[in-house]
Amino acid sequence: MTTLTEIKLLPTLIGPAGLLVCCEYLAIFKKTVAMHEVFLCRVAAHPILRKDLNFHVFLEYNQDLSVRGKNKKEKLEDFFKNMVKSADGVIVSGVKDVDDFFEHERTFLLEYHNRVKDASAKSDRMTRSHKSAADDYNRIGSSLYALGTQDSTDICKFFLKVSELFDKTRKIEARVSADEDLKLSDLLKYYLRESQAAKDLLYRRSRSLVDYENANKALDKARAKNKDVLQAETSQQLCCQKFEKISESAKQELIDFKTRRVAAFRKNLVELAELELKHAKGNLQLLQNCLAVLNGDT
Amino acid sequence: MAAEREPPPLGDGKPTDFEDLEDGEDLFTSTVSTLESSPSSPEPASLPAEDISANSNGPKPTEAGLDDDREDLFAEATEEVSLDSPEREPILSSEPSPAVTPVTPTTLIAPRIESKSMSAPVIFDRSREEIEEEANGDIFDIEIGVSDPEKVGDGMNAYMAYRVTTKTSLSMFSKSEFSVKRRFSDFLGLHSKLASKYLHVGYIVPPAPEKSIVGMTKVKVGKEDSSSTEFVEKRRAALERYLQRTVKHPTLLQDPDLRQFLESSELPRAVNTQALSGAGILRMVNKAADAVNKMTIKMNESDAWFEEKQQQFENLDQQLRKLHASVEALVCHRKELSANTAAFAKSAAMLGNSEDHTALSRALSQLAEVEEKIDQLHQEQAFADFYMFSELLSDYIRLIAAVKGVFDHRMKCWQKWEDAQITLLKKREAEAKMMVANKPDKIQQAKNEIREWEAKVQQGERDFEQISKTIRKEVGRFEKERVKDFKTVIIKYLESLVQTQQQLIKYWEAFLPEAKAIA
Repeated sequence: MTTLTEIKLLPTLIGPAGLLVCCEYLAIFKKTVAMHEVFLCRVAAHPILRKDLNFHVFLEYNQDLSVRGKNKKEKLEDFFKNMVKSADGVIVSGVKDVDDFFEHERTFLLEYHNRVKDASAKSDRMTRSHKSAADDYNRIGSSLYALGTQDSTDICKFFLKVSELFDKTRKIEARVSADEDLKLSDLLKYYLRESQAAKDLLYRRSRSLVDYENANKALDKARAKNKDVLQAETSQQLCCQKFEKISESAKQELIDFKTRRVAAFRKNLVELAELELKHAKGNLQLLQNCLAVLNGDT
Repeated sequence: MAAEREPPPLGDGKPTDFEDLEDGEDLFTSTVSTLESSPSSPEPASLPAEDISANSNGPKPTEAGLDDDREDLFAEATEEVSLDSPEREPILSSEPSPAVTPVTPTTLIAPRIESKSMSAPVIFDRSREEIEEEANGDIFDIEIGVSDPEKVGDGMNAYMAYRVTTKTSLSMFSKSEFSVKRRFSDFLGLHSKLASKYLHVGYIVPPAPEKSIVGMTKVKVGKEDSSSTEFVEKRRAALERYLQRTVKHPTLLQDPDLRQFLESSELPRAVNTQALSGAGILRMVNKAADAVNKMTIKMNESDAWFEEKQQQFENLDQQLRKLHASVEALVCHRKELSANTAAFAKSAAMLGNSEDHTALSRALSQLAEVEEKIDQLHQEQAFADFYMFSELLSDYIRLIAAVKGVFDHRMKCWQKWEDAQITLLKKREAEAKMMVANKPDKIQQAKNEIREWEAKVQQGERDFEQISKTIRKEVGRFEKERVKDFKTVIIKYLESLVQTQQQLIKYWEAFLPEAKAIA
């Protein structure tokens, strides 16, 4: 396993040609690390999950964990599970919830999820355009350099200086794009998945409610017929317990979701603004320095 | 033509030149007169004397058909008059006979006889002194603006009229500030006239902006959308730069056609600017023939300077094209970025609306506002990218094509001289043969011909030296201009980038406390 330090040393080993590749790699690496960190922190903060044995093993075992990937059968199961879920989801979500809290959450989550999906996609496109523009700066810089080295007049120095400017400003623009990706696009993507998970939770609770209601109906029927009443009673009690338990934990999860969401957005938006400022100031400095030199020369 | 017309700089254009035409050329008289009657063409450098490389801004032959000045395609046929018509003479006299030169088929039959002197323009105006004085600093006190595009007419006959305003203290103009209304074909007509007079003697005549059938059709049809407004603005700016470059040239500034263009309220329509007219078709034929000719001219370059310079311009051309392509890509991506930022802003606003935590909801709305402002910034920057950087490069790509054209003219000039020398040799041989055969009357004719061709050889040498001299001067001037132009425009462009960053700082500084306020 390569350490971050080793990765940072790569540029010195492979030289300037590989520097661009390294920068890209580092950017992606940063993203992945950030994602993993968030995930682990979440598990650690969760009242129940933090006690899970698997989690402890993951954190403490200092040798290789041989994790088996999903085999074909499991993947297929997942696929069918998803299909059934969405079909059911349509049926179940039609039921209006008695509980105000959950009713509000349902309406909220449905709308929120869609909008976060849209924002995530648009943010992605925006960061990509930024990157394209940065790449153009790179090409412009090279062309200016070629012009500067070939020109026979005294403008060659001028071209070389401007070429240098474009090279430097490109690096900043590339970082702007990477930071926007990290702080904005990734944030939105994460909460897209989170809101989906929250929706799934609501769905599971609804299923449990349906089961509970069915059990109630079965009990009434059994009492009416005076047949298998005890069985129906136990079944109904179980469903009731399940439903109340899931309702309780779901409520807590959903409240936590909101708290985490607000905190995450705050952190990322603040960091985004700070980074954007840093880069804009850097860019401004570069440009003003360059202009000072160019105006001084002419 | 205008009564104020002064004797042209190349003062030797006389109707009598046409009497020198050989018999073989009468076949082409009618088409030749087409050229003479209205010296304009949409491909400004496409009058026969020019070479294809100078025709960089003309429409390709396949673009024939619709034109900016859509009219009855062969209407001008009725305006053509034979060479002998007296009313044509004033117009002919304003042009040097080279305008008559190489209707291609005749070039192949026999070398064109040019008795005209290609000497440097004779200066008539006292204002020339004014210009000379400032020539070293290259500042002429004249400012041109092109503004107020206005649609005139309806449907397919509509056109855009532009206001051309001149501010000057030069005495050759009757007023110090004046303006006229001109349409696009007027500009093309002006360029065509200037090109026909000056290109083949070695002056670098700035090329006019390109035609665009698609663009103009949209405007004609009356689409009031952003792409047609953009098109008109692009054209207006290009026309302004074109005129500004033209008046910076000390020799061109002298030209009466230029002055008439700037000053007179009524300008005769440039009718030969269409592609499908008789003149247009002739031009296409000539262009093809010129290409063939150019390939077959092998010049013994005795002056290394020319070879060096040609190579340099070739390199510069390539580099500029590459840079231009990259800048065009930047413009495109910047516009994309602007559109995507706007879309994101809307999306963020929606997200803010559905967010049920009040402080976060507000912050998201603020983010949406910031992004919307940034989208505007990107749009403005894209304009700067285009109008300053990209257009500068495309102007110079076309200017360099004009420079290359001028070098080609020098080659042709050399060729003419060479041909004259060869013919002289042949005539001398013929005379020798006559001497041996002892046919006295034929001998006399031979002697006459020898005298004629000796004069032509001398003329050819003079012309060649003259064009070489002019080109050296022109290239020097051009390089100086180029350096100044690039420096000025690029600095302006960098300043636009500075502005953008300063605005970005403002916007994000305003947003940061909002983000921190999320509790």
